[in-house]
Amino acid sequence: MGVDNPLGDNIITTSLDALVNWSRKSSIWPMTFGLACCAIEMMATGASHNDLDRFGIIFRASPRQSDCIIIAGTVTKKMLPVIKTVYEQMPEPKWVIAMGACACSGGVFDTYSVVQGIDEALPVDVYIPGCPPRPEALLFGLMKLQDKIMKEKNSFGSAIGLGNRITSAA
Amino acid sequence: MATTEKMTLNMGPQHPSTHGVLRLVLELDGEVITKITPDIGYLHRGVEKLSEHRTYHQVLPLTDRLDYLAPMSNNLGYILAVEKLLDIEVPERAQVIRIIMAEMTRLESHLVWLACHALDIGAMTVFIYAFREREVIMETYEQISGARMTSNFFRAGGLSMDVPPEFEKKVRTFVDEMPGYLDTYEGLLTTNPIWLKRTVGNGVISAEDAIDIGITGPALRGSGVDWDMRRDNSYSGYDTYQFQVPVGKNCDTFDRYKVRLVEMREACKIIRQALDRLKPGPVLADCPQVCYPPKENVYNSIEGLIHHFKIASEGYPVPEGEVYQGVEAPKGELGFYIVSDGSSKPYRMRIRPPSFVNLQAIEKMAKGAMIADLVAVIGTLDIVLGEIDR
Amino acid sequence: MAENNRAVVRLKEKFAESILDVTEFRGEVTVTVKKDGIIPVLAFLKQSLQYNLLTDVTAVDYLGKKEDRYMLVYQLFSIDNKDRLRIKAPLAESDGRIQSATQVWRTADWLEREVYDLFGIIFENHPDLRRILMTPDWVGHPLRKDYPLQGPDREPYKGRLS
Repeated sequence: MGVDNPLGDNIITTSLDALVNWSRKSSIWPMTFGLACCAIEMMATGASHNDLDRFGIIFRASPRQSDCIIIAGTVTKKMLPVIKTVYEQMPEPKWVIAMGACACSGGVFDTYSVVQGIDEALPVDVYIPGCPPRPEALLFGLMKLQDKIMKEKNSFGSAIGLGNRITSAA
Repeated sequence: MATTEKMTLNMGPQHPSTHGVLRLVLELDGEVITKITPDIGYLHRGVEKLSEHRTYHQVLPLTDRLDYLAPMSNNLGYILAVEKLLDIEVPERAQVIRIIMAEMTRLESHLVWLACHALDIGAMTVFIYAFREREVIMETYEQISGARMTSNFFRAGGLSMDVPPEFEKKVRTFVDEMPGYLDTYEGLLTTNPIWLKRTVGNGVISAEDAIDIGITGPALRGSGVDWDMRRDNSYSGYDTYQFQVPVGKNCDTFDRYKVRLVEMREACKIIRQALDRLKPGPVLADCPQVCYPPKENVYNSIEGLIHHFKIASEGYPVPEGEVYQGVEAPKGELGFYIVSDGSSKPYRMRIRPPSFVNLQAIEKMAKGAMIADLVAVIGTLDIVLGEIDR
Repeated sequence: MAENNRAVVRLKEKFAESILDVTEFRGEVTVTVKKDGIIPVLAFLKQSLQYNLLTDVTAVDYLGKKEDRYMLVYQLFSIDNKDRLRIKAPLAESDGRIQSATQVWRTADWLEREVYDLFGIIFENHPDLRRILMTPDWVGHPLRKDYPLQGPDREPYKGRLS
């Protein structure tokens, strides 16, 4: 495979990986990164009706405390350097969710000032289509991210400094 | 005497209480703000340029995304401007539904304002309550237009479709319950000593300054200027409804809070009056050059299909000229200035955003205040960056 | 119609040599004035005719359509009299400068900065004429008609019609 995994795949490491993955997926702390219209739906998802807290998802205002960034809205060329800075400030492991048509592809704003999709700059894990996506869609996207986290290998090894986290495609 | 150095502090564009991607560069003397330099444009999406390349019909969805807390108000402003250019009359039922939805939008926008404003100052409970009520409005949106936020419901000449039969009952139940909810919010905030300490005397701006800076909407009325476009420069038949225009006295954050809460109660009154007037009838003007044919015709006759195709692909030509149409959006005067060259695309469309002009007052309102009060000032201005940057 | 407007009557008395055109369309009165006379006209409208609210300042680019490329547009409103008035001033491309209205209304500050940013029109005696929406190092003025929608460095997406 060519991927650094010194602990190998055996019953002990896979169980430990599962434990680490389970604790990671049960406490995804996203950054409050509201850019545009989608931010309002993100707030609505976090508020009373949909209640993200039951997934262990608590919004953090500081990138240093977050492990997931939800790009909720249109990314402009003026904003892109700021997003990159914030992303770099987040500690590993970290995941990116592109919420809404603008973050996925630029959406209806095919103009001079809009970045045509945040994947030009950040490695996106989950794309959520919609303009804006319903709160249910954001919940589904977050659950997809949880599935993805559960499939990661060598997460225990990488946590104690041995090898890298191995993520599968889906 | 010991001197202290001035400190420069960057606030935003990523900040939980700048309501989006507003950036403020603050110059501080201790905790006192001596200078504020706002930096905007982090959400500039080029809507004005884009609309020069879209037909009049295709511009409508873009207006939803300006002030995304009040999509129907934006739709209304734009559609009224286009109708003024076209010089067409809108059927009675469509007018009434437009007013119901514009006022529902006002309720929604003010609910989100109240939620965020209270959250910024530290009152978490109001946020949870206000979003609960907002959800009902979103359901109504979805019921009539299919989308929760970006409704795209109005059309030049009327509405995209009639409202479903259960609409009237749902809205009536909601506006009957709403004053009770408002009492709850007031119970949580109006006499709350922390709320009073944070808002009374904060962000004062006199009426003369407010007019000079160009503030409109509730922020202007909070400074004691009795001006509401719905009453004084009426559109869509607002002048036939009975409602009060609340006016503040002390020009501070608390008065603006009171003004907006009274506005929400008045919005409920307007909706109730409008529901009483809701009579069956057409919702689209009889104007085949501009309006889409009914769906039965499109599906069952070749003429209807061609008619639909022509309007959808080419758009409709609009007479040459220029108009300005303002509406009283929840945040202030939202204006659309459209220059038409006689084709089916606007030659130039200018959006006069209320938040953009209102935000200019931030320096006047927060200079000399403590840094924690700045958050209250941003909240009370009720800005939306989608509209400021466009 | 337009001739009976209270502002038009007074403006014709006082600024006859500055006024280029008076039109009315859909009940909206537009007065076009020479760009050199813009500030006296605006100040007179504010002080003597109670047009106390400057609603909007914007520009229109008539590239190839009119002799003078730019048209500055001022939307005025009088809170006391509840009427609107639109003042326009043409601007030649070779001389894209006009006096700033910030001396009359503070509202004009950001509105003129935006016009400068997006059209490249220079407002003289403006207190702080910087770009407002685009980054400070942005090249070009996007709302000019010769500026491509997708920007100069990107081909438009071919998958759709516009």
